[in-house]
Amino acid sequence: MRGIISAGGYVPYRRLDRSQVAATFGSGGGRGTRAVASYDEDTTTMGVEAARLALRGAAGARPEALWFATANPAYLEKTNATAIHAALRLGQSVPALDAGGAVRSGPGTLRAALDHTGVVLVVASDLRIGLPTSADESGGGDGAAAFVIGDESHGPMIAEYLGSASATEEFVDRWRLPGEPVAKQWEERFGETKYVPLGEQAWNDALKTAELTTEAVDHLVVTGVHPRAARSLSGRLGVDKEKVVDDLAGTVGNTGTAHPALLLISALESASPGDVIAVVALADGVDVLLLRATDAVTSYEPARAVADQVANGGELPYGKFLAWRQMVTIDPPRRPEPERISAAVAGRTDDWKYAFVGSRDRASGALHLPPARVSREGGAQDDMEPAPMSDVAGTIATFTVDRIAYSPSPPIVFAIVDFDDGGRLPVELTDVDADGVKMGDRVELTFRKLFTADGIHNYFWKARPIRA
Amino acid sequence: MGSHGIKDQVAIVGAGCTRFGEHWDKGPDDLLIESSNEALASAGVGKHDIDAFWLGTAMSGMSGMTVARPLQLENKPVTRVENFCATGSEALRGAAYAVASGAYDIAMAIGVEKVKDSGYQGLVGASKTPTDGTGRTLTAAAMFAMCAPAYGKKYGVDDAQMRDVLAHISWKNHYNGARNPRAQFRKEVTTEAICASPIMAGDLRVFDCSGVADGSAAVIVVRAEDASKYTDKPVYVKGLSFVAGNASGNADPDYDYTAFPEIEAAGRDAYAQAGVTDPRRELAMAEVHDCFTPAELLIMEDLGFAERGGAWKEVLAGTYDLRGDLPINPDGGLKSFGHPVGASGLRMLFEAWLQLRKEAPPERQIDTDRTLALTHNLGGYPGEMVSFVGIVGSEKD
Repeated sequence: MRGIISAGGYVPYRRLDRSQVAATFGSGGGRGTRAVASYDEDTTTMGVEAARLALRGAAGARPEALWFATANPAYLEKTNATAIHAALRLGQSVPALDAGGAVRSGPGTLRAALDHTGVVLVVASDLRIGLPTSADESGGGDGAAAFVIGDESHGPMIAEYLGSASATEEFVDRWRLPGEPVAKQWEERFGETKYVPLGEQAWNDALKTAELTTEAVDHLVVTGVHPRAARSLSGRLGVDKEKVVDDLAGTVGNTGTAHPALLLISALESASPGDVIAVVALADGVDVLLLRATDAVTSYEPARAVADQVANGGELPYGKFLAWRQMVTIDPPRRPEPERISAAVAGRTDDWKYAFVGSRDRASGALHLPPARVSREGGAQDDMEPAPMSDVAGTIATFTVDRIAYSPSPPIVFAIVDFDDGGRLPVELTDVDADGVKMGDRVELTFRKLFTADGIHNYFWKARPIRA
Repeated sequence: MGSHGIKDQVAIVGAGCTRFGEHWDKGPDDLLIESSNEALASAGVGKHDIDAFWLGTAMSGMSGMTVARPLQLENKPVTRVENFCATGSEALRGAAYAVASGAYDIAMAIGVEKVKDSGYQGLVGASKTPTDGTGRTLTAAAMFAMCAPAYGKKYGVDDAQMRDVLAHISWKNHYNGARNPRAQFRKEVTTEAICASPIMAGDLRVFDCSGVADGSAAVIVVRAEDASKYTDKPVYVKGLSFVAGNASGNADPDYDYTAFPEIEAAGRDAYAQAGVTDPRRELAMAEVHDCFTPAELLIMEDLGFAERGGAWKEVLAGTYDLRGDLPINPDGGLKSFGHPVGASGLRMLFEAWLQLRKEAPPERQIDTDRTLALTHNLGGYPGEMVSFVGIVGSEKD
């Protein structure tokens, strides 16, 4: 028996109130909010956050493969999963692969992992961009989801895999050329007439494979790149309305590649043992996955529940949203932009830069961030052990707001953080408002993109307030 | 082992300093020619009489040829040094030690910086050292901004009092600079205007930050016994100390941003070399590195000019004003004289040279019978800095 050992959903902190769109442009927007990736996040960093949460709940199961899916990759040509692999400190023998470009790569890799062998960490992440006033802008959402998938022998499963089915057909509904920021869409009705019959076919095939009836389904997730078709299909599958899982359209928005997985996690958070969960994902065809929550789901406490993250967002002015998505360019500080990083230097400091591993002096216990060879206490040389610190919380000793330094989104809020394990690092804060920081605030680490220069993303860690 | 110093072995016999400011019409070559000409003239020598040169510049040129080419030196050794904002003072150390060693009879320490050519606000480091991108990218203003609230919290100085203290420091340095024809900013500024200026970082306002200026300064040193050949009012080197910090403040949770240990250590060493036991009462004046007003506040305590936690009261009482008990930055300091990095340390020495020889303009000449002056630089940030402390005197022991 194969299934889900643990899960991690990541919803970024910022929310755009959709009513701001019409207030600015006179049209567009709508009701509710959408989740917005910060200026220092991309699909890779959000994938890291989701994967960290998933691994925290995975007990002893160590991934034997990492698969990363996104329709908005931070790099082409270069693999993005390797940065996630580095941030998680997975072993060198663990392959890290991208399934990139298409939204269907999200539900597709999830299904492939369930059909595969060994322990697979499957990560889906997306950052959904639309032109101002567009349906993609307001209806889209940013986020990521990760699962540790394996067999019973790898650890207790919170949900077992019952079966799946797919229906595939070539037709043009949504498309985007490489290099273009936003997608285009054919008129809605055409897609609907394609998706609904494909969905019914895959649904019936999946139930047959799993030897289940429609009545057996306790939680139904229907989502995809065509919201109207998803709604239409949802009403035709014969599942009671109250069993349909909230698609988070009113709070998070549609996170594209990540959304089927994010909604599955959301369903697992409220599932009882024995509940059957169906995931129906519409993207250039339809994929249906069937799972059953196990007894372990009752004792399963997610490292950070999706529901809690949804409830703990912070407002974002529409102007900043437009600037973060590079729909407008704001006046930069009169300071030099950063130089590109050196691949060679970063190659020597992987464990620090990507995984936040310091060093601890065996003799004095003094913690060094970044790692050092000579101890600042006692002066012992080369008597250090690695100190992984990315999951250690800290306290703001003091902080400052820099209004003149270069930042992709000024001002920089910067703090001296003392970690609970005795180390200190001057580090940038993120997901904060400059006037909302106090000495003594508790913070945690988060993997971010500091800047991009010469096309090279500079990934490192920042600190953010511990919320919920 | 020990730090023995070269007390009274070396004398300064000539000094020069350009006006500091926005020299849009002058390059580093022009500034070097100007300051060296003035220093040579004051010592009564020509450039070919100088045996060796030490050039301090952080970002305005590489190698000794930065001086040798514009001055058209012939087969002279020129050493280019860099040590953050203590770069100019580092040039002095090289020249003074070379003369004390007997290697050369007469040497010049010269510093220059052309910072206004970058096109950016504030200082822009020239270092292109490849990195892994994990270092911080804050401005110095933001780092020093952390000191004021930390100091206030530790010693019970509330925000309003702290604002008054910082404003007084800025006011005082502008008052002094207004009496200095070579200073970048020659206007007195009211404390009200200081407190109403735009915020740069933390609670620091524009008037809490030093001026960014182009400029050059130079001094000529000889062995003390030769000094009378050049001047009847030599200024003797009493002590030169330098500490390169190990950045432990970045890693050590015990560091609290209310003191600069590197400066305290450099001060201790310099006082020991010079035989100074009570700097507050023995020094005629001090030029300290007031890159930001909280820095000057903390430095008063690091250098022993006030008890720990007591400097803010002394500032408000006027102790460090031009007519106070221990004038600090009588030439206006970095705040209003401006801060061309490689020249600043030697600019401070230029003021000590004027004051100890009683040659400062009467409106800022210090009236004292004390004969010692201190110059100080820091370079870097709280928790990770270099520091220089020099002591010079008009009397030989």
